[in-house]
Amino acid sequence: MKHHGIAVETPHESAELHVTGRADYTDDLVLPQGALHAYLGLSTVAHGTIRAMNLDAVRAAPGVIDVLTAADLPGRNDVSPIGKGDDPILADGKVMFHGQPVFAVIAETREQARGAAALARIDYDPLPHALDPVQALAAGGELVVPGMTLQRGDSAAALAAAPRRIDGRFVIGGQDHFYLEGQIALAIPGEADEMTLFTSTQHPTEVQHMVAHALDVPASAVVVNVRRMGGGFGGKETQMNLFCCVAAVAARKWRRAVKLRPDRDDDMIATGKRHDFVVDYSVGFDDSGRITAAEGDWYARCGFSADLSMAVTDRALFHGDNAYFYPAVTLRSHPLRTNTVSNTAFRGFGGPQGVIVAERIIEDIAYATGQDTLAVRKANLYENGQLTPYHQTVEDQILPRIFAELEISCDYGARRQAVLDFNAAMDAAGSPIRRGIALTPVKFGISFTATHFNQAGALIHVYADGSIQLNHGGTEMGQGLHTKVAQIVAEAFGVDLARIKVTKTTTEKVPNTSATAASSGTDLNGMAALDAAEKIKARLVAFLCAARGVQPSEVRFARDQVMVGAEAIPFHEVAQLAYLARVPLSATGFYATPKIHWDRKAGRGRPFYYFAYGAACAEVSVDTLTGEYVIERADVLHDVGRSINPALDRGQIEGAFVQGTGWLTSEELVWDETGRLRTHAPSTYKIPLASDRPKVFNVALADWSENREETVRRSKAVGEPPFMLGISVFEAIGHAVASVAGYKIAPRLDAPATPERVLMAVQRLRQDGEA
Amino acid sequence: MTDAPIRFLLNDTEIVLTEAGPGDTLLDFLRLGRGLTGTKEGCAEGDCGACTVVAGRLHGGALVYEPVNACIRFLAACHGCHIVTVEHLKGPDGGLHPVQRAMVEHHASQCGFCTPGFVMALYGLWMENPAPDVVQVETALQGNLCRCTGYEPIVRAALAAGRAGGQMQDALAVERAAVTAKLAAIPPGADVFRNVGRGAGPDGETPFHNMERAVVPADTDQFAAVLAANPQATIVAGATDVGLWVTKMMRPISPAIFVGHLMKEIEETPDAIRIGAGITYSEFAPVIAAHFPGVEDYVLRIGGWQIRNAGTIGGNIANGSPIGEMPPLLIALGARIVLRHGETRREIALEDFFIDYGKQDRAPGEFLETIVIPKTGGAILAAYKLSKRASADISAVAAGFRVEVRDDRIVTARVAFGGMAGVSKRARHAENALIGQPFAAETFEAAARAVAQDFNPLSDFRASLAYRHAVAANFFRRFWLEQAGLEAPVRLNRAVGD
Repeated sequence: MKHHGIAVETPHESAELHVTGRADYTDDLVLPQGALHAYLGLSTVAHGTIRAMNLDAVRAAPGVIDVLTAADLPGRNDVSPIGKGDDPILADGKVMFHGQPVFAVIAETREQARGAAALARIDYDPLPHALDPVQALAAGGELVVPGMTLQRGDSAAALAAAPRRIDGRFVIGGQDHFYLEGQIALAIPGEADEMTLFTSTQHPTEVQHMVAHALDVPASAVVVNVRRMGGGFGGKETQMNLFCCVAAVAARKWRRAVKLRPDRDDDMIATGKRHDFVVDYSVGFDDSGRITAAEGDWYARCGFSADLSMAVTDRALFHGDNAYFYPAVTLRSHPLRTNTVSNTAFRGFGGPQGVIVAERIIEDIAYATGQDTLAVRKANLYENGQLTPYHQTVEDQILPRIFAELEISCDYGARRQAVLDFNAAMDAAGSPIRRGIALTPVKFGISFTATHFNQAGALIHVYADGSIQLNHGGTEMGQGLHTKVAQIVAEAFGVDLARIKVTKTTTEKVPNTSATAASSGTDLNGMAALDAAEKIKARLVAFLCAARGVQPSEVRFARDQVMVGAEAIPFHEVAQLAYLARVPLSATGFYATPKIHWDRKAGRGRPFYYFAYGAACAEVSVDTLTGEYVIERADVLHDVGRSINPALDRGQIEGAFVQGTGWLTSEELVWDETGRLRTHAPSTYKIPLASDRPKVFNVALADWSENREETVRRSKAVGEPPFMLGISVFEAIGHAVASVAGYKIAPRLDAPATPERVLMAVQRLRQDGEA
Repeated sequence: MTDAPIRFLLNDTEIVLTEAGPGDTLLDFLRLGRGLTGTKEGCAEGDCGACTVVAGRLHGGALVYEPVNACIRFLAACHGCHIVTVEHLKGPDGGLHPVQRAMVEHHASQCGFCTPGFVMALYGLWMENPAPDVVQVETALQGNLCRCTGYEPIVRAALAAGRAGGQMQDALAVERAAVTAKLAAIPPGADVFRNVGRGAGPDGETPFHNMERAVVPADTDQFAAVLAANPQATIVAGATDVGLWVTKMMRPISPAIFVGHLMKEIEETPDAIRIGAGITYSEFAPVIAAHFPGVEDYVLRIGGWQIRNAGTIGGNIANGSPIGEMPPLLIALGARIVLRHGETRREIALEDFFIDYGKQDRAPGEFLETIVIPKTGGAILAAYKLSKRASADISAVAAGFRVEVRDDRIVTARVAFGGMAGVSKRARHAENALIGQPFAAETFEAAARAVAQDFNPLSDFRASLAYRHAVAANFFRRFWLEQAGLEAPVRLNRAVGD
């Protein structure tokens, strides 16, 4: 089977390896002779100073080679991705959350290391702890990084002048990544100061830098390799650094390979998650439901350290408008320090916690004015030329067309009426079943808001036999990045996809890469790879023109051959001829996103190159006796620009939708009052199952959309934006809940809408409705 | 050394283990011992399915294959089985198996880590059900988590694989007779040791207490004898709970007696159904469907398919968990249990077995052998379960109802709850509000109010006290609504295509 170029539904490049079990993940690699295993010992208090650490039993346990503590680290004891020095590899004298790594056991087997780690006796002098934003505020509101303010116009005056006003508080839960493959690092020492790592990270360059710091060696001595991850979702953007540093330090000390893989429970306890927020908001609007002013304060549970919380909480504000124009607006973030694991990147990166507040505001207005929520949404959509709260002009708004098409394709109007009729009938019949429907949009800004991350490199080798090796700085975590970039390069050379081998990601081939994050993988690395391909092509064209006496315009690359004038030369022969003629057949490529700039202090700029758009309509049934629900149907129309691979894009949309739904329904993180996470395994933390997905699930791409910016083949990023389409399910549940009070009271569900929260909301609305 | 080694077939290889620990898992054996890394570790507690393999075993001479979790399947429990891993799958041409091909063609893998587990679960379904519908596919996949795809393409692939057919030409079907013969030739029973001591004892010999022991009894009588002689032994049936003692708590379980293959009898008497304690949820489901109408779907909401293939009804009772799903239903049904010690048996009411949290009426050396469930005699049955996620989640509240109505009056009522107290127990106040009263909405309303007096539940990460009380009461309202003959639906329809 031959696959050419872009816009083709070629399967994932590893699909056959996946289904046969032959795709290697880090845990599957054959270990070097004499490899050791490390295991982390975790703290058992939320906040305290270490009074005494008795590790004798650990050292005496069978198979134990060594126990490492903070004092044993040769270099810097810090993995803060922003260089803040607040993220120790191993706690030094003080622990900041329940589950913080305090020591590492090195043993002959993993079982021995893990068993020994449980034998430590550590005495703590407890310190007061704050576990959530409300407690943190009460304790003084210490921030891990400075908050941000986005402001346009005088929102206070506009609120005061607004015909109507609503104030509210919205509590939004976090989310565990639940990548199926957990954190894992394998460090293999080389000669002198060299260290090679095989790991499962979204950010090989950062691991390289962190390991170099931890070992006190230059970055050039450290090589980080990633063939593929068993899922990332942001949970392996910074979180792998610590595991890699521990493995590398032990490997350096013992000059033996060291592998570190925590058990799932420890993985969930010791690594960061999606930020939960408490958001206080105020909105002014007129009787028609048009917003006149909005204010919001996003209080985030950042955990004990900064990690990526600045950028995450910034992005929450960047999306606090979702798709709606606020004529006057003030949005503030409060990245609060809490004695919990340091929260981190997770698909959407704060964006979902901004978008859902905008949608809550719309709901509040709709129920207050007695309108269909969709009417209020339409009335407040951005028009091109309007300014966002961060003073970027919206230029590519396509939601009106997406709304119009989706409304027709999902038959929204008739189905909404059917829902209202159904609920009236159920009420009359005495049935506890209610239905709800909602159609919600997403507008998502594409680019790292830290402008310098918006760069990428690639390296292409064309070998003399015509085979092509493609390397780029992006990592494969299932999203199909390697497939898409290979398609781009195949199209550029006009060759069969089978000619192209995408290698593992390695810091040896492409240096100074950015994390594969922010949905940017294809935008950045596809462009860099294209740049490299075009360089080699230009050399081939020059060579062929000289050799055959043709003009450059007479050389065309297509169908696995090169047309030189009237002559068709198979691509592999061109490669052979070029090699013999001493033409360099290797090139690097580079890309930096144009146009973007951002001044955080001023709250102004153009942080995003473009926006990706989409909308979803969800219909649910709710059992008002128990709060349980099922998703009857979901219809999605999503904008990926000109798709490079529609099958992979659809896969991202379906997966993101279900993951977003999980965030807002069954996935609940619960810490007890001592700061222990009680939901730390799939037995207690419930991500959606096959039977939880919508019973009817229609996903379509807006195939007419074309990125107005010059992205690779005019495509758009797809990883994160559709995550927020899961909000349609949340709002549909709210609609069903609102039915018990005649749709006169906003449901105000907090997230996640577990059956418990739904039933409690039903009971609250029934009471308030009667009052 | 032992003269009764653990023997099983792994793909096309015969395995003989003369030395093993009782806590050795099949997953570690595959990955670390055999380099079969296609089977993945995702959670090590039987909840994610990435380690799914297919296990074949002779049941009354017939070879039956079922997907199970390798992570909590102990090696000793593989004795006499045929273990099939993803590496063994192939198509008729030696290439991709139809299930694998469908997964590729429908873009059903993204990161690929869960994929071998899905392939094996779907392979199990493909062998068992040549043309599954969507609900059957979803039910088969309740034990497999995927975080990337949203499942839609996996379900499409499963439906397509079924349509591709070829079941009769499949390797396991073709080799069935040969495998059956090989398994039949394996002696029943195994008894192996592993030295875990750190040196010889004072007499220069390895002391016994440094030996771990795993016993696989040949039959129930041998089990009774071994347990009577080793009353401190850990009894391991489906290992859906004991597996976690090892993989999560790192608890030693030696000596351990593996009984998952025993006590498989199902017997119908004139007034009761007697089931062996070793009956799995999967084996119990058709019994429920045949004899206890009204509660058919309840068993399918327990665990995922792999767990239902491993976990036993006896184990669910004997471990005494306050949130076990079977006790509320079985107590409501009036079940009795047979406890055996050596050759001595006694029968007690199931509800009397649960004395207090963590305390059951089971003497050292005694084991649960049989569960005796009275036939319904026309009573109305219901079983409800609430959890954050509808399927494969441990219940926050579970309840079983058995209500007999004569001449529009309730003559008997047995209602038992799990998740509401330290043990599964009956709601006596609520029952009293029902018995002797008219079979009418007001009666169930009264019972809904009365049930608050029966329990003082905890608030924990599964549910708050207030929610538990609220839904316990609402279960009575739901019970009535289901009987009230409403034209309208009164429960969520989880099936597709309505």
